[in-house]
Amino acid sequence: MSKTYYTDQHEWIRVEGDEGTVGITSHATEQLGDVVFVEVPSVGKTVAKGGEAAVVESVKAASEVYSPVSGTVTAGNNDLADDPARVNADPEGEGWFFKLKLSNPAELDGLMTAEQYLDFAKDH
Amino acid sequence: MTDAEALRRTPLYALHVELGAKLVPFAGYEMPVQYPAGILKEHLHTREKAGLFDVSHMGQAFLHGANPAAALEKLAPSDFIGLKEGQQRYGLLLNAEGGIKDDFMASRLAGESAMYLVVNASMKDSDFAHISRELAGEVALEQRPDRALLALQGPAAGAVLEKLSPGIDSLTFMRVRRAVVAGVEAIVSRTGYTGEDGFEISVGGQDAEKLARALLADPDVMPIGLGARDSLRLEAGLCLYGHDIDETTDPAEANLVWAIGKRRKTEKGFPAADKIMERVLNGTARKRVGIRPEGRAPAREGTEIADKTGRIIGKITSGGFGPSLNAPVAMGYVESAFAADGSEIDLIVRGKPVPAKVAPMPFVPNRYKRGA
Repeated sequence: MSKTYYTDQHEWIRVEGDEGTVGITSHATEQLGDVVFVEVPSVGKTVAKGGEAAVVESVKAASEVYSPVSGTVTAGNNDLADDPARVNADPEGEGWFFKLKLSNPAELDGLMTAEQYLDFAKDH
Repeated sequence: MTDAEALRRTPLYALHVELGAKLVPFAGYEMPVQYPAGILKEHLHTREKAGLFDVSHMGQAFLHGANPAAALEKLAPSDFIGLKEGQQRYGLLLNAEGGIKDDFMASRLAGESAMYLVVNASMKDSDFAHISRELAGEVALEQRPDRALLALQGPAAGAVLEKLSPGIDSLTFMRVRRAVVAGVEAIVSRTGYTGEDGFEISVGGQDAEKLARALLADPDVMPIGLGARDSLRLEAGLCLYGHDIDETTDPAEANLVWAIGKRRKTEKGFPAADKIMERVLNGTARKRVGIRPEGRAPAREGTEIADKTGRIIGKITSGGFGPSLNAPVAMGYVESAFAADGSEIDLIVRGKPVPAKVAPMPFVPNRYKRGA
């Protein structure tokens, strides 16, 4: 059973046990436009909740991707290096950025549900 | 200028909204940055077929007087006196120190004594004030905010416009004439800022939407926003005013010596002529160059450029992703010792050096339809 949470910086995290997969929302990709470059964190890197974890660049601009929770990176989506357009095509599936082992699952409590996020995204 | 209500709108505003454009503030106007197709598709479509751009925010004016070309030569180093009827020329408005106040286009229309000018949107108020003030008594500047300007760019542009204005395809690069396009009176020049063959079409604001709809009715034409306009002009190696050139850069270091007329290099008589010609002959401390970063990470404007020892030798003035090359491209200024093609440099992207090489521009070969 997995559960997905959302941040006010337009990231999503899908959690199963103490492992999470992180990406950016389809709303974020619509705002960014065509993604042309993604830099994902390397395995073993520790990330803090709200800390910079990845970079996504569209034709126009670069944006930071923040980690929704604290943890240790267990995988980066290296397929994005050759095919960054996956982020636009399937932001909440094949366009995932990295996976991490959560160090403090209680941090999930402060995140939004899908319903709360959709409401939030209307104005952001 | 963050208040949307303070922003001006071009005569094509309603059409942009209808076409689903994403509008952003630009040079005091609410302008389309992209349409639903997105910047990548818009860019590639322009290179493959034809793109329609609203550039009505740019400043249009007529310069009247006994000899407007001679007067204009006091402010800019182009050979305007030598401009024949039906010709257009690129110009640089210089300040007293030889810095570039703006770049612009000047045309001489057949049978007309006035010169037709097009200047950058963000600079039009200061340009027009400068010209009026400096040339007072010699010329009268007639601003034409009532006119709209459309650019049709891409390899299909000639065939598309020919259908709406028979005979227009015989115009060659940097030639200009009055014509009727889709039943609308227009000034048509074979120019643009994408590196592609194409036209700029000036019409009365009231006719702009009719013309735009006639062009968009052609299956080869797609509306293109400012996002793709920027990536197209960067691939073409063309300067963006306020970024690649400004009052702190002069024509010699900006590699725009070609914009100084041959006659004028000896006759001079333009602002800071002696200083600029000395710099043309003896070289400058820095040069504008093209840059190809290795890998896929784009290096944006403001990125510092270092040599292989980590010493900072310059800065990127325009940088991003080149959709036609499927790779990042940039331009910027480097110390002249590093200006040769192939020079190995590092770009400091997010604190880390990214290897890059100085590369010839344009990055994508231009396809202007030059005359015999």
